[in-house]
Amino acid sequence: MKLRIKYTKTGVLRFIGHLDIMRLFQKAIRRAKLDVAYSKGFSPHQIISFAAPMPLGMTSEGEYFDGDFESITSTEDMINRLNSTMPEGVKVLDIVQLQEGAKPSMSVVTASDYYIYKNEECKNDFLQQLIANIDSFMSQETIEIIKKTKTKEEMSDIKPGIYKLEKKDDGIYMLLASGSVLNLKPELVVEALCKYSKLEYNRYDYMVHRLETYMGEKDNLKSLIEAGNRF
Amino acid sequence: MTKLALPERILMNIDKPARYIGNEVNIVKKDLSNIDLRIAMCFPDVYEIGMSYLGLQILYDMFNKRQDTYCERVFSPWPDLDKVMREEDIKLFTLETQSPIMDMDMLGITIQYEMCYTNILQILELSGIPLYSKDRNKGMPIVIGGGPCTVNPEPIADFFDMFYIGEGETSYDELLELIKVYKNTDMNKEEFLRKASNIPGIYVPSMYIISYNEDGTIKEITTKYDDISKTIKRQVVTDFNEVSYPLAPVVPYIKATQDRVVLEIMRGCIRGCRFCQAGMIYRPTRQKDVEMLKKYARAMLDNTGYEEISLSSLSSSDYECLDELLTYLISLKDEDHVNVSLPSLRIDAFSLNVMSKVQDIKKSSLTFAAEAGTQRLRNVINKGITEEDILNGSRQAFIGGWDKVKLYFMLGLPTETDEDLLGIAELAEKISEEYFDAVPKEKRNGRVMINASASYFVPKPFTPFQWAPMILPEEFTRRAYYVKDSFMQQKNKKSLKFTYHDAYISILEGVLARGDRRLSKTIYDVYKKGAIFDAWTEYFDMGRYKDTFAENGVDIEFYTARERDITEVLPWDHIDAGVTKKFLIAEWERAKGETVTPNCRMNCSGCGSAIYGGGVCFEAKN
Repeated sequence: MKLRIKYTKTGVLRFIGHLDIMRLFQKAIRRAKLDVAYSKGFSPHQIISFAAPMPLGMTSEGEYFDGDFESITSTEDMINRLNSTMPEGVKVLDIVQLQEGAKPSMSVVTASDYYIYKNEECKNDFLQQLIANIDSFMSQETIEIIKKTKTKEEMSDIKPGIYKLEKKDDGIYMLLASGSVLNLKPELVVEALCKYSKLEYNRYDYMVHRLETYMGEKDNLKSLIEAGNRF
Repeated sequence: MTKLALPERILMNIDKPARYIGNEVNIVKKDLSNIDLRIAMCFPDVYEIGMSYLGLQILYDMFNKRQDTYCERVFSPWPDLDKVMREEDIKLFTLETQSPIMDMDMLGITIQYEMCYTNILQILELSGIPLYSKDRNKGMPIVIGGGPCTVNPEPIADFFDMFYIGEGETSYDELLELIKVYKNTDMNKEEFLRKASNIPGIYVPSMYIISYNEDGTIKEITTKYDDISKTIKRQVVTDFNEVSYPLAPVVPYIKATQDRVVLEIMRGCIRGCRFCQAGMIYRPTRQKDVEMLKKYARAMLDNTGYEEISLSSLSSSDYECLDELLTYLISLKDEDHVNVSLPSLRIDAFSLNVMSKVQDIKKSSLTFAAEAGTQRLRNVINKGITEEDILNGSRQAFIGGWDKVKLYFMLGLPTETDEDLLGIAELAEKISEEYFDAVPKEKRNGRVMINASASYFVPKPFTPFQWAPMILPEEFTRRAYYVKDSFMQQKNKKSLKFTYHDAYISILEGVLARGDRRLSKTIYDVYKKGAIFDAWTEYFDMGRYKDTFAENGVDIEFYTARERDITEVLPWDHIDAGVTKKFLIAEWERAKGETVTPNCRMNCSGCGSAIYGGGVCFEAKN
């Protein structure tokens, strides 16, 4: 039985990397005594896979992983069992059962939205200046950034990956392409906006919070949780 | 939500910020308003190493069982953070509540190896605590050291208010009660230290005065007051089944070196290898009840979610219920996907059978700690393994499908000659011949590999070799080359490999292990020149140490290369580790006579540890 699990990663857990979050869940599943399936062979491992890797420093309320289970109870019971053994900062929000043959979350992700807000420790009001420049920034025909790879640097247009960019409360809301076809990191957008605004860029001056991870076409996005049903 | 001690700006720019944020699964949280005593337990190395150490988890659990006490953890900031903390004057903090170490009543530092001494000074300095005990006043945390190095803590004696000698499970309550009185009354520090030194196992260095002879050796160790005990007795848990054990240890987010459940099955070792300090200072050997261990294993796996369990002891093959325990653990593999990581076992039919169930034979290798190349030298060091054991074990393993063997040796053991060195290569050759003899051609896939490695023998306090000279580094290198050359002359040389360890780290270890109180100044100076993380080869700088020793007029060879007379006053003579000097002298003589001493179960050798009233000394009488 394939399940999809939606969870949050908040607070100090933003400093825990993606691989370590995977390890955290592997242990939590065992502590919660969920009947997860194991691979065959000499060193069996849990059959679970994560939707989208999350960079260090980012928080989220829309993270996902899929897992194969030998047996299941109910959505509510499994959520409770996992949450009773989670450290502060990770909370399971929902669990659904996927249809037979459903594609793994990793391969269906097409977009994510984010909320960018000021780090309290940051003294200047750079974010307000960025917000003031959003409209003119987006009116550019192309938004070129220098993309560094291991061997070379090349210009790349990130505008096609920006689906929405707007002021929200005291921060910035952005909906960006995500996944295997086109992937745009929110940090790159903030960096480009800083450069456009002729402001110094520091990753630690602002916080990134992922709101949701989506599948489907750009104009008909659905939350990854909609791929299955509660049980 | 915890407020972190380090700002975002710093955490986003250092390696592995998870080392500094706490909040792990199973940490203890307490309401500070109900707490009388705050303790920081420190392992002076990086988080991943410190979190792998069972002793820290035992004490963390034990202290936190007290309602009036809150014990938190602290580790050495890695050099990247160390630099930032100094530049920005950020004070070191505990992981749980992210509080300054300076706010603690006690800072407990476990001292597992000599190479962490400069890291101890790093911890103190980053906490804003003066490095020398004499410069600290009443409002500051009591700095207390524990762990195996405290059987000779003299080189770091000036930095500590006190040491706890022995196993932490026995005397801490008495000390904590005294700290509470000290804190809440007008008792001054001197009075406090004087009272503390009367608690069993507590060694207060400032209560002991050391005088020296003209030749640099110690003349006398005297006490500052008449009521101070002449010796400090190492503390030992007598009833090993009643001792506190952490059934829900803290689980790190990042991969620690020991990323699994650790189950301590036995403390101490019956073997009495003469080079081995652990085998002498953890006497008597005490075992845990196998039914209890099964329950512990289950509870720890359930509480942590680990997928792997390993056994901890000095010699697991000597645990009397090992078959039963391993059979149980292997049953967990089938029902619950628990991997069993085996400690080094004596290679025989039973252990090979167990190993074949839990390891991928093609990927794993067998390990023999032969330690010396000839039977003569193995007799000198009282290493019970014979060439026959090794060859038979290897043969059975080869038949079972293994084709990799690891051999461990030491170079520079007392009485070692070139013949013993040659013996190392010849033993490796004989093992490879067993392979070709036992495994028919059509069953061989790939090549058999015999990997031998050698370390530099460092004599340690409270071993029969505590009087022995350590060979000079040039001689170590010569011997290592000699062994390497003899490997090249073997018939199956393509299946044999020999590697050896860096000489200089061992030299420093040699100075510090048997050093005296005069070395505190050198450690202070070398730290001030920037030495930290000396246990890490990328940070260790022998040149810096050599210069600092020279500036302080310290002759390295006085501490390493000199054979001590058995009448000499040793820097650790006021510590009573259980084994008596009389026994150690007898063992030193038997070593020179190439005479083997039987293990504790075969025959009691009267080492002195029976005084503790437990363990193997009384097994037969139970």
